[in-house]
This record gives sequence, structure tokens and C-alpha cells, in this order.
Amino acid sequence: MSSVAQKRGFGATLWDWLTTVDHKKIGILYLLGGGIFFVIGGIEALIIRIQLLKPNNDFVSAGLFNEIITMHGTTMIFLAAMPILIGFMNVVMPLQIGARDVAFPFLNSLGFWMFFFGGLFLNVSWLFGQVPDAGWTSYASLSIASEGHGIDFYAIGLQIAGGGTLIGGINFLVTIITMRAPGMTYMRMPLFSWTTLVASAMILFAFPPLTVGLFFLTFDRMFGGNFFDHTMGGNTIIWEHIFWIFGHPEVYILILPAFGIFSEIIPMFSRKRLFGYAAMVFATVLIGFLGFMVWAHHMFTVGLGPTANAIFSVSTMAIAIPTGVKIFNWLLTMWGGSIKMTTPMLYAISFIPSFVMGGVTGVMLGSAPLDYQLHDTYFVIAHFHYVIVGGVVLGILAGTHYWWPKMFGTMLNEPLGKITFALFLIGFHMTFLIQHWLGFWGMPRRVFTFMDGQGWNLANVISSVGALLMGLGILVLIINIIITSVKNVRVGNDPWGDGRTLEWAIESPPKFYNFAQTPLVRGLDTVWIEKMEGNKSGFTAAEPVQDIHMPNGSIIPMIMSFGLFIGGFGAMFHAEEAWGLPLLIFGLFVTFASMATRSLKDDLGYYVKKADIERDLKQKGGRN
Amino acid sequence: MAEVQVYKKSPAEFNLGQRRAKKSMRNQIMMFALMIFLTLISFTMVMAYNSGVAGFSEYFVIPILLLFAAVQVGLQLYFFMHMSEKGHGIPMMFMYTGALFAFLIVLTFVAIVWW
Repeated sequence: MSSVAQKRGFGATLWDWLTTVDHKKIGILYLLGGGIFFVIGGIEALIIRIQLLKPNNDFVSAGLFNEIITMHGTTMIFLAAMPILIGFMNVVMPLQIGARDVAFPFLNSLGFWMFFFGGLFLNVSWLFGQVPDAGWTSYASLSIASEGHGIDFYAIGLQIAGGGTLIGGINFLVTIITMRAPGMTYMRMPLFSWTTLVASAMILFAFPPLTVGLFFLTFDRMFGGNFFDHTMGGNTIIWEHIFWIFGHPEVYILILPAFGIFSEIIPMFSRKRLFGYAAMVFATVLIGFLGFMVWAHHMFTVGLGPTANAIFSVSTMAIAIPTGVKIFNWLLTMWGGSIKMTTPMLYAISFIPSFVMGGVTGVMLGSAPLDYQLHDTYFVIAHFHYVIVGGVVLGILAGTHYWWPKMFGTMLNEPLGKITFALFLIGFHMTFLIQHWLGFWGMPRRVFTFMDGQGWNLANVISSVGALLMGLGILVLIINIIITSVKNVRVGNDPWGDGRTLEWAIESPPKFYNFAQTPLVRGLDTVWIEKMEGNKSGFTAAEPVQDIHMPNGSIIPMIMSFGLFIGGFGAMFHAEEAWGLPLLIFGLFVTFASMATRSLKDDLGYYVKKADIERDLKQKGGRN
Repeated sequence: MAEVQVYKKSPAEFNLGQRRAKKSMRNQIMMFALMIFLTLISFTMVMAYNSGVAGFSEYFVIPILLLFAAVQVGLQLYFFMHMSEKGHGIPMMFMYTGALFAFLIVLTFVAIVWW
């Protein structure tokens, strides 16, 4: 690949994206894939709110409603929020630690394609008309009894996508542990890289239980297993334990990177060092650890007994402590700072009260006696949307505006960004604040309609209007993206003007080799330190310009994942169709054959020549 | 990093390396013998239990077997997978964290969930 810009045909560009192993391009693919699923999940949310707009509504049938809520939850968690965050990690984390790529570029590509085909598999269920309908938690007694192939799509689709996530997590761990630039000690790493590290470690420990649980479910439904069938000596409650041993860490895997994004945005636009950096790191690690110690608080009403409920209540409430540390540190970072009210900063400021509200209702639900009252009501819906939308989605939107110039070299329009922000934030509080009261008034979740005369009508109308506003906000964001891309006004290294971390010392978007010379890191917020000491570029090199070793692109990851996609259909239909078993074998053969190809054929990558790098540097008139 | 760098060792470094390799080899052989010995004891205990030797009840044999298994895993990790050497801090931390999670989760089940 030449580093000189040249016009290429559509086919060549497409091939480049399909075979890329560049962490920035894979990150953008993750954002694109996650963005598409985010829109699908959002449309499902709007359908739910239209159905609940008025009592006795028949916009969708009860069965379809079950399918829509299941797919809304599954899509938003596994296929939208997580991939988008992994996309940001992919693009930003190597830049922040001064690396030229992730540790295993090939695996990075494999992780993306497995996520993509897993998500596609799950959503293809709509075309078959047999859609998962047992809720995103897919509790076993319900999911085993579900007819048709709906739950099969869930089990196999999530298995494939989950494998991709596990691969991504391991990759980030190795990258951060082994590829930090000279001088980048652990305690000098930007907070987003720290949260990436902790979230990846959580992925490493949390996803294997999900894999096991999904295998059990797959065998129970497709291959005659009885893991969850109590009439055959199985145990249906075991699924709930396995799911939540995975599921609770999962929500922290989502929120920690969002914390990381805000921990980058708040110091930058307060023009002030992050308050209590060491405490922030400690709190992140502690949240990561405690996340594994609380799973049974999702199961208070299962009947584990007062001892278990009491212990898990206490451990749940303990998580409020490190989270509180973080909240106060953000507030104290802003305290006395010279704050610039940019779009990302608006999201960051509004995130703090929104997330605190979700956290407080979390502590309420963590109290087992109260949970017995609130279980399966709209209060629970309100709580987890306050933490996931008020925390994760605000983080994603903030990160989109914040890193857009770094990813694409253009600035999103600020006024339009603020309109998105206002519409989304107002819509969000309108939708979910009132749902706390709906819960108190006894409206059950997961029920497709409600009767007139229970005092729920107005609250549901307010909630639905709010959802519409959120939808409009996202629409404005999409328009903003289109306008920005068409105008294509290029920006420099540090378009926000107050960059503190390494990604702001290189051009936007960065060259495919990121750093012409590996940077030397002299402290936390290294670019800020350099600028304060008079080095305008914000960059000190740790090595002379020399040849750079880069990996070759490869189509194998895509073929490998496609084999699993094909094999999934074989597994699903093997009992009723003659072609099922051959298809399963064929799909697995494609996967294993591509693995063998990769293993047997040496691919040593290539070198970017010193002369090319020097020419790139000259073109810019100076280094980085 | 353009070319493979060849590093020439001084005679002193070479000798030190040889001495260390010898010592590590001795350690490995000792540990290997110990592990075989532990395995033999384990099998003997099970056979003693099967043939009903007095004192070898399952409440004695099973805990001892589990203990030996844990010791074997430790020896394997430290002497054959080189976890005792430098630069293995991170893998060690992750393994201990994983073991701690597994232990706590199992403990939860046997102590308070299925109690």
C-alpha cells in the first residue's frame, strides 16, 4: 500500500475495507456496524412506545411485541452499545498509548467480522418470521418452551458475536500490556486506555460463562440436551446464574469505557488535569472487581433465601462507593476550570446528574425487600435505561462528537450537535423519568398493552413523546454527519485546541502507521506537558525515523466468520431438513480450512520504507 | 527494528547462563520426581479405599486428592511453565484473579445458594 493519496475505484476501496487489519479502519467498521444495529434497535424501541401510547392498543400483536422487546434489548446491548464502544477503543486506545496498531491485527479483524456475522444471524430471524421472544435474558424455562427457531437464532447468533468480543478483549489486553510507548507507565495512561484495560479484563472473565450458557441452551434446543430441563434432572435456575454471572459484568463492560470517554472530555474542556487520577484508576479497577461479586441481585425474587439476598444486597451497595469517588472527581475536575461548552462537554455535564439518578435507583433496587415490590415493574425499566442511556449512550454520543475529527478529519457541526444534544437529553428524561412512577403505580414490564382507567394513560403518552424526541435527536445527528462529510472541511492535529493525550499530537485522520516515530512519554497528559514547555507540536520522538514493520491485509477473517454464519443455519435445521447436517459440516469446514490456511501460509507483513516516511513528514512541513 | 539484531554474549554472561540452565534443569528433574511421587500416592490411596483398608474413608481420600491436585498445578505452573521467573507478573495476576473469582463463585453456591 502506498502512503501517497490516489484515486481508486469502488471495487478496490471495498476490497480494502473488507481485508483491512488497520485498527483505525476496523474501529470505523465497528462504529458503522454498531451504528446500523443502533438504528434498528431504536426503531424497535419506537414501535414499543407506539404500542404503549394508549390503552388496549393493537399496533402490534402480543407475540410480535415479545419479539420486539427481546430484539430491542439484545440488539442494543450486544450489537449496538458494545461494538460502538469497542470501535472507539480500537481507534483511540493504540493512539493514546503510542502504538502503531493493536497486538494482533489479524485477530482484530476476525473479532469484527464475527461480531458482524453474529449480529446479522440474529437479525436474519426477522426474515424467517421466527424471532427470539424470551426477553434479552432468555430465561431457560421460557426459552426452552419457545416454539419455532427464534431462540435458536439468539443462541447461535450471540455465540458467534460473543466469540468476536472475547477475541477483541484479549487483543486489547495484550496491546496495552505489551505495546505502550517508551515512558508510558501504567500510571501515565490516559483514563480511556485504563477503562479499556479493565473492561477488556472483564470481557476475558465474563464472556466464557456466557459461552458455556449459550452452548447449554444450544444443546438443549437443537441437540437433545437436558441441562435446563428439570423433568430430566436438569436445573432451570442454573441458566439465570450463568447468565447473570456474565450479565452483570457485562453492564460494567459497557459503562466503564463510557466513564473513560467522559474522563477524557472533562479535563480537556475544563482545561485542567483530571482531579484524583490515581483514585480514578483505583475506582475503575475496584468497580471491575466488584462487578463479579453481585450477580444474584438480579435474582432476589427467585428464592435464594435471606442469607444470599442480604449478602448480595450489601455487595451491590458497595459498588456505589467507587462510583461515587468517580462522580466527585469529575465534579472537582470541573471546579475552578475554564470550561468550554462544546457539544461533548454538554454531554459530559448532563451525564453526571443523569447517571447519578440511575445509580441511586440501582441502590434502591439493591435493597432486597424493596426489590420484591419493584421487581418486574417499569421502575426497573426506568433504572436500567437511566444507567445505560444516561451513561453509556450519552458517552457514545459524546465520544462521537469528540473523536469525529480524529477519525475522519472533519469537525461535526457544533450548532447541530447541540440540537442533537438538547433533543436527546430532553427526550431521554421525558421517556424514562415518568417510568419510575409507572413502576410505583404497578405497571408491569414486558406486557404488550394495558387497560384503561388505571391512571397510566398520561404517563405513557409522555413517555412515548419523549422516545420520539430521542429519535429526532439521532436523526439530526445523521443529517449532521451527512452535511459534514459532504462539506469535507479538513482540520489539523488538534482541532479542539486543548488536546492533552497522544492522539491529538498526530494528524487527523492519522497516517496508517500512526506515528512516524514512536513518541516519548514524559508524564500523564504528555501532549499538554510538551505544549506547556513550549514544544508546539506536543510531540517528542523516542527514536530516529526508520523502517516501520506493518501487517498485510487479509480476507481470511471474513471467510472464517462467514463459515460460522453458514454453519449456524446448518445446526439450526439439522433435525428437520436433510441439508442441515451437511451445511453444518460445510460451514465448519470453511472455518477450519481458513484457519489452516492462515496457520500454514507464512505472512510476515511488509516494511514502510524510511524514505516514504520522510517524504510524508516533508509534505506536512515538519514532523507530526 | 528493520533487521534482526544479533547479540553476542560475553564469556561471563555465557557461563552465568549455563549455570542457571543447569540449576533450572536440576530443579525441573526434582520437581518431576516429586510429581510422580504425588501421583503414585494418589493412586495408592484410591486403591486402598477401593479395597477397604481401614482409615481410608472417602472423607479422608477426597480432600487429600484435591490438595495434591492443587500442589501439582502449582508445581506445573512455577517450575515447568516458568512462572517463577521474571516478567510473568501480569499472567500471574490474571490467573490468580480468575482463580479467586472461580473460588468465590463456587463458595457462594455451596455456602449460601444451595445451602
